[in-house]
Amino acid sequence: MTIDWSWISEHTSDLTTLTLSHLQAALSAVVLGLVISLPLAVVAHRVKPLRGFLLGFSNVLFTIPSIAVFVLLLPVSGLTRTTTVIGLTIYTLVVLLRNTVEGLDSVPAKTKEAAKAMGTRPLRTLLTVELPLALPVIMAGVRIATVMAISLVSVATYIGDGGLGQLFTDGFQRNFPTPVIAGVVLTLLLALAADAVLVAVQYVLTPWTRRRRSA
Amino acid sequence: MYELFKNLGAWLVDGDQWAGPDGIGHRLAEHLQYSLLATLIAAVIALPLGLLIGHTGRGAFLAINLSSFGRALPTVGLVVLVFLASGLSMWPVYIALVALAVPSIVTNTYAGMSAVDPEVKDAARGQGMRGHQVLFQVELPLAMPLIMTGLRLALIQVVATATIAAYVSFGGLGRYVFDGLAQRDLVQVLGGAVLVAVVAVVLDLALSALQRALFRHRPAKSA
Repeated sequence: MTIDWSWISEHTSDLTTLTLSHLQAALSAVVLGLVISLPLAVVAHRVKPLRGFLLGFSNVLFTIPSIAVFVLLLPVSGLTRTTTVIGLTIYTLVVLLRNTVEGLDSVPAKTKEAAKAMGTRPLRTLLTVELPLALPVIMAGVRIATVMAISLVSVATYIGDGGLGQLFTDGFQRNFPTPVIAGVVLTLLLALAADAVLVAVQYVLTPWTRRRRSA
Repeated sequence: MYELFKNLGAWLVDGDQWAGPDGIGHRLAEHLQYSLLATLIAAVIALPLGLLIGHTGRGAFLAINLSSFGRALPTVGLVVLVFLASGLSMWPVYIALVALAVPSIVTNTYAGMSAVDPEVKDAARGQGMRGHQVLFQVELPLAMPLIMTGLRLALIQVVATATIAAYVSFGGLGRYVFDGLAQRDLVQVLGGAVLVAVVAVVLDLALSALQRALFRHRPAKSA
């Protein structure tokens, strides 16, 4: 199995387009997953009876195969990018919800009491005390969800989308390994790059964890 | 929508649909064969590796990176690539499924081993236990819940992904998904997808019941 380098040099613009489309699908899913899981996590954290239900429900969603999720969405949203993004979002939810709840749980009770004693209102405490302190654990979830979403986008090739996954179908149908190798390598590089960016974002967002380490 | 679910119900309970070489019974058996064999091979590779990394404390870096590499690896691409390299054999399916399952098992085994209280290990050594006795009589039993979690996670992923076998012309429940997509027969596609999801959930419940039956005297979570 050899790589046809001339194919790659002839298709650089196609590869760029597919990579960007791949990234867009994965990022939309993670952002949507965060928007949905943040309020749910706050509810699961504060209302104990709902906690088991929400976490259990998201675990059941995770057991459904990704290809099945995409297919089950077909009657709702058809062969579109929307189906891809909804399907991926369902997968990110499990990781994001669990990590955000764990992050909120990890905030020391004394810190919350101190905020209360200073007259900080609950919503303000959540936004300025609890969420920032939970950020390292939440970001760990965001990193896992992002890498997972980037890897899963290619499954959507079966419903006619799939970003870099289209290279797998293309290579398979033409019995031509080069696009497949290019697709696998680009997916891995994209996941690696996205993870590195998220590490940098976390570094900038949580300066106090750095100070503690250097002290 | 209602009509669709009615047809889906009819498809799933139709006796003819269950019989013969294209029937659900046979496809189900194929799917179980791919999934269970791949998970077993993965466990044979991954369990000793995870135990070794956990016991010696060496190679933790490898375990952590292996897990993120495994998560990033696109399974569809891997199946197609091995298929193109090896031709028409069962290799692509098993290689891809094993590659998918190994990281989950290694990282969870390692996590379970590293969550064992160092004082317990010291106490075991203090009583004169040898390295392998500490490993098999102390660390392994204490790490068991997390090891089982890893095996369950791997099995769910493998069952779900074994669907792809049908894409490279093999059997299993994925046959219905891909044949249905090709024939624009949504009922068949949904039927296949529902069956895969049910198999994943049932196997997960079975393993969790097995875990409870085998390790009843221990707390559910060690970490």
